Amino acid sequence: MLTIKNLSATVGDKEILRGITLSVHAGEVHAIMGPNGSGKSTLAQVLAGHPGYQVTAGSVEYDGKDLLELEPEERAHAGLFLAFQYPVEIPGVSNAYFLRTAYNEIRKARGLEEVDPMDFLDVMTEKLKMVEMDESMLQRSVNAGFSGGEKKRNEILQMAVLEPRLAILDETDSGLDIDALRIVADGVNKLRKPDNATIVVTHYQRLLNHIVPDFVHVLAGGRIVKSGGKELALELEAKGYDWLIDADEPAGARA
Amino acid sequence: MTIEAREAREAREARDARVAAYRAHWSEPVDGPAWLRELRASAMARFDANGFPTPRNEDWHFTNPAPITESAFEPMKPAIGTLTAADVAHFGFGEAPWPTLVFVNGRYAPHLSRVDLLPAGVRVMSLASALHEEPTLLERHLGQLARFDTQAFAFTALNTALMKDGAFLHVARETSVEAPIHLLFLSDAGAEGGVSYPRNLFVVERNAAVSVVEQYATTNDARYFTDTVTEAVIGEGATLRHFRVQREGARAFHVGHIDTVQARDSHYVSFSFATGALLSRTNIYTKLAGDGCGSTLNGLYMIDGDQTCDHQTSIEHAQPSCYSRELYKGVLDGASHGVFNGKVYVHPIAQKTDGKQTNKTLLLSDRARIDTKPQLEIFADDVKCTHGATIGQLDDQMSFYMKSRGIGANTTRQLLTYAFAADVLETIELDALRESLERVALERFTV
Repeated sequence: MLTIKNLSATVGDKEILRGITLSVHAGEVHAIMGPNGSGKSTLAQVLAGHPGYQVTAGSVEYDGKDLLELEPEERAHAGLFLAFQYPVEIPGVSNAYFLRTAYNEIRKARGLEEVDPMDFLDVMTEKLKMVEMDESMLQRSVNAGFSGGEKKRNEILQMAVLEPRLAILDETDSGLDIDALRIVADGVNKLRKPDNATIVVTHYQRLLNHIVPDFVHVLAGGRIVKSGGKELALELEAKGYDWLIDADEPAGARA
Repeated sequence: MTIEAREAREAREARDARVAAYRAHWSEPVDGPAWLRELRASAMARFDANGFPTPRNEDWHFTNPAPITESAFEPMKPAIGTLTAADVAHFGFGEAPWPTLVFVNGRYAPHLSRVDLLPAGVRVMSLASALHEEPTLLERHLGQLARFDTQAFAFTALNTALMKDGAFLHVARETSVEAPIHLLFLSDAGAEGGVSYPRNLFVVERNAAVSVVEQYATTNDARYFTDTVTEAVIGEGATLRHFRVQREGARAFHVGHIDTVQARDSHYVSFSFATGALLSRTNIYTKLAGDGCGSTLNGLYMIDGDQTCDHQTSIEHAQPSCYSRELYKGVLDGASHGVFNGKVYVHPIAQKTDGKQTNKTLLLSDRARIDTKPQLEIFADDVKCTHGATIGQLDDQMSFYMKSRGIGANTTRQLLTYAFAADVLETIELDALRESLERVALERFTV
């Protein structure tokens, strides 16, 4: 589904990603872990098409398409979804309007008919239950005045509504208490299907107790320095990251 | 003769010719009461003496009215007469019909108006009728607020000298009116090349409350000029909610002056919504002339292409313990030009004044331009007056967030533009009007 080859990216003059290689297949859950500043979030943002990063080398193929050639909205139409580490507040645009617009734009791009507000409300009611959010949130502005936990749940709500093929969760666990963490993880697990895939970017292992990965990759200094199974996450929890970063030669990773 | 002297003479002659063109529309008034004849004659004399302003006039520094003053607009011809009630309904707000006075090309159109819906205690009629039915009120108030003594107010002088019709509104004491009153000034195809001078007077008596929507719009693409003045007298404890909707045609010109005086404990709530006209200037002046008054002056302008939209507000704190709140927002696209000049005067006696002024601009194009000028003159020492202005572009993070959800570039721009305007629109308490203007705002920059 996703094949990243030797991907390098900069922001300004600063090189952040230095040759990432990674393959994700349908049905898989990959965790990307690593210390702060290792490039985890940059990788997530580059995949979503953030204009602030320049790709300087490498390629990303997604469902046979050159992902890097697509505009951010085209990536969404193609089924890619990024749950933001810092969800953006948009005062003045209600969640209902925002979500329905996104839902319909994606449907339109796929040649499907748009849904009217009443039918969309039916879609929403079901999804709201999944993330244990009240219907009243629909009339509030997007993320404006939301608590940290509400913002993250709203990301999962959007994911549930848009039903992506490839979901990238960028530090979705940060700032969540244990209940919110469970709600978010349950939501993600319910959305798992054999034909979609998930990339979980996280600093800590605790989210991976709930969303169990098939593969774990450690990112440090803009490279994947180690890959393994879910037990690697536990090892990292016990030993920290230092033993990997101090290694002389970062290992290339092929998952 | 030096080149400078010749240029000066030529400029003077050109100016004189322009003034003379309007003077020719005027004749020594023969009808009407003596006070009105005198008012008109003195206004014409002031206009004659002062001429039109140019950017050398401080109050017109950012907006050059030359496209108006150098055009020879003729007195507007009567309506072609093809407008029907159904055409006019299109300019209404919400489902329920409101009491409505319709003017077409500056003249009252009774067959398009709905005065049957008026509640008790409210009188609305054309100015021409009011001259006969309410001569005392007219004599007491008409021309008493909107000054025309200096060049900056030449358009007010011209309106005062040449006014023919407009709306007169009287709300009796202790009368609180639920249904808003809609004053609709339409121009039809007959307006081409013409000028109209709508003149309105609102008198809101003690402890009364009323909402008025004053709308200027067109049914076509004519090139015309609206020169309008509205005066409002707000009695003790009374509230006037005054919504102004300027949706003139894309080739039209609009100069409007609103002048209000507030008695103690009264409230003036004003909203100016402007999307129309090639060049528009709107003055909103209020004088807080009694203790404990409040004024809220909000506005939203959304323009593009070569449009110029200029607002000048003036809040005069003439008595103690009054508050004023002002939020104006502008969205500028294309090569448009926005101007906001917010004057606040605090008299020495006006202690405990609480004033706040904000002007925010969203620039959608690097060719668009905003001139924003807060102008606070404070002569009392125990006051709280703040002002602030921001100018920004669409937020990159918000744009990326929306696009990452599949929302295309055009819709993203449209929604974020709307979002910028949303909070000031939310201050409109009249639901039907707010919802309607929200739609207009959302669709204003549809690509």
